[in-house]
Amino acid sequence: MGKTIIEKILQNHSEQKVEPGKIVWIDIDIRTARDFGGPNVVKNLEKYYPDTEIPDKSNAFFTFDTVVPAKTIPYANSQQICRDFAKKHGLKVYDVNAGIGTHILMEKGFALPGKTLVGTDSHFNILGAVGAFGQGMGDQDIAFAFITGRNWFEVPETIKINLKGTFSYPTTGKDLVLYILRKIGSKGVLGKSVEYYGECLKDFSFSEVVTLSSMTTEMGGIIAYPHPNENVKDWLKEHTGETPEFIYADEDAKYLDEMEIDVSNLKPQIAAPPKPDNVFDVEKLKGQKVDSVFVGSCTNGRIEDMRLVADIIKGKKIADDVMLRVVPTTSEVYGQMLSEGLIKVLYNAGAVVSNPGCGGCANGQIGMTGKGEVQISTGNRNFTGKQGYGDTYLASPVTAARAALKGSL
Amino acid sequence: MQKDVILNGRIWLITNDKGELINDIDTDMIFHNQYLTITDLDEMGQYTFDNLEGWKDFADKALKDDIIVVGDNFGAGSSRQQAVDCFKSLAVQAIIAKSFGAIYKRNAINSGLPILVLDSIDLNNIENREMVEFDLENGETDHNAINIEPFSKVQMDIYQAGNLFAYGKNIK
Ligand code: SF4
Repeated sequence: MGKTIIEKILQNHSEQKVEPGKIVWIDIDIRTARDFGGPNVVKNLEKYYPDTEIPDKSNAFFTFDTVVPAKTIPYANSQQICRDFAKKHGLKVYDVNAGIGTHILMEKGFALPGKTLVGTDSHFNILGAVGAFGQGMGDQDIAFAFITGRNWFEVPETIKINLKGTFSYPTTGKDLVLYILRKIGSKGVLGKSVEYYGECLKDFSFSEVVTLSSMTTEMGGIIAYPHPNENVKDWLKEHTGETPEFIYADEDAKYLDEMEIDVSNLKPQIAAPPKPDNVFDVEKLKGQKVDSVFVGSCTNGRIEDMRLVADIIKGKKIADDVMLRVVPTTSEVYGQMLSEGLIKVLYNAGAVVSNPGCGGCANGQIGMTGKGEVQISTGNRNFTGKQGYGDTYLASPVTAARAALKGSL
Repeated sequence: MQKDVILNGRIWLITNDKGELINDIDTDMIFHNQYLTITDLDEMGQYTFDNLEGWKDFADKALKDDIIVVGDNFGAGSSRQQAVDCFKSLAVQAIIAKSFGAIYKRNAINSGLPILVLDSIDLNNIENREMVEFDLENGETDHNAINIEPFSKVQMDIYQAGNLFAYGKNIK
């Protein structure tokens, strides 16, 4: 019988027969830990595997992205625990200048089609964008994977989502993923793998594919595989020098469910607080006052996102009483922004631009929201209290940039 | 030594003001990201649910061996282990939910904290602080208003071994 993408990837990494619902042991190609979770990974390694060499060192490392550079002493201590451990064991650290770990894995060619990767980050499923299997895990899981190079997985069932129709600017990939959340909710694909097909995916930029993959977490899913387009293939080729070999589902693969979502002429979408699936047409919230705008995160902080924002605000000033905060995903994106003159555009418009990382999403590295503050964020979560006590709305970079200029939706 | 597969404990029905089990309790509601630098188990318990409306005083109310009962998608959100460990810190015995977030499920199973999937519950006929007996092996309870699904094999193996590391040593 045919297999879905996730089943094939897992089968290639397991000696057991892979079937949905079954728990199997999987070999893990790349093991990582962030500054968040990392110190506990180290603690577990030191407690349960004292004086044990880390095997396959070139495929185990730390990526610092959560709070970079450390803004408090406890964070600084946490990072130093990881650095000291890495040094002792000869492991690489992508330090506070690098950017978000999952994106580093893609840019450096670690995350390739068919590979298995784990890290202490619940958005590891972003790696579905490049056809890899990424799984976010807690620190015991990761410590175990660092030492053994394997872990157990319950093979997920796969849901096929067919996207019908096309849409165009100002509607983007972010609006699509918000719309899917609106349709299927925060538990829409709970514990499942997803495969996306449809004409609208053909023109998606690399960033849009990443956006679509990344918000699988908000739907409760394990991972999502958007059918790869030329932009993704080109991006990978540019970064690795090789033509990527994607894994495709068999014709007779067995899906748990097949859904069709009509996205013809989709309009810009926005998730109102307090949950990512509380989604409306932006139009419906027209006039809503906005105090601050954040552009960034692992979901929408790549160069294509920055270009969209810069195009809109070029030569203009953001509204007087609005703060615009911009955080590129990685150092590579930051460099591209510099050379393309985008940082100047943002600066002239009155924005704050910070170093790459999770700032703006995790723990308010570039500022928290105060009670009553209304924030438009290009991130992936708007849970109460996550970025402060203000109200966070999730939207595309286009909607965010427009709101920054206007001071309202 | 085999661990007991029968749990006895007083239940907390984690409900909202309409009396329904709360769904989508995420890891920031369980253990807020402002406490993430805490790595000492003993210190974690006090912050449990301190960002969950209506249950902010849970840490003061919880007693050893309590069992909590929640709605769908419990533990959605981040991969933080503290959202599991804070319950261990309070000596909460088990968590029963309609469903769990995928990473949360792994973290709990790996650390040997019993988590159970609710098969059915009749909230009109069960109350907070009632004593209930749960059989992890066959999913039976001694209360007719609540039913659970039994442990999976890996879950039972890891639970019996103590945690993932102990289990992993046996299978090599
Ligand atoms: S940007 Fe936010 S969601 Fe993405 S990896 Fe960082 S903390 Fe997680």
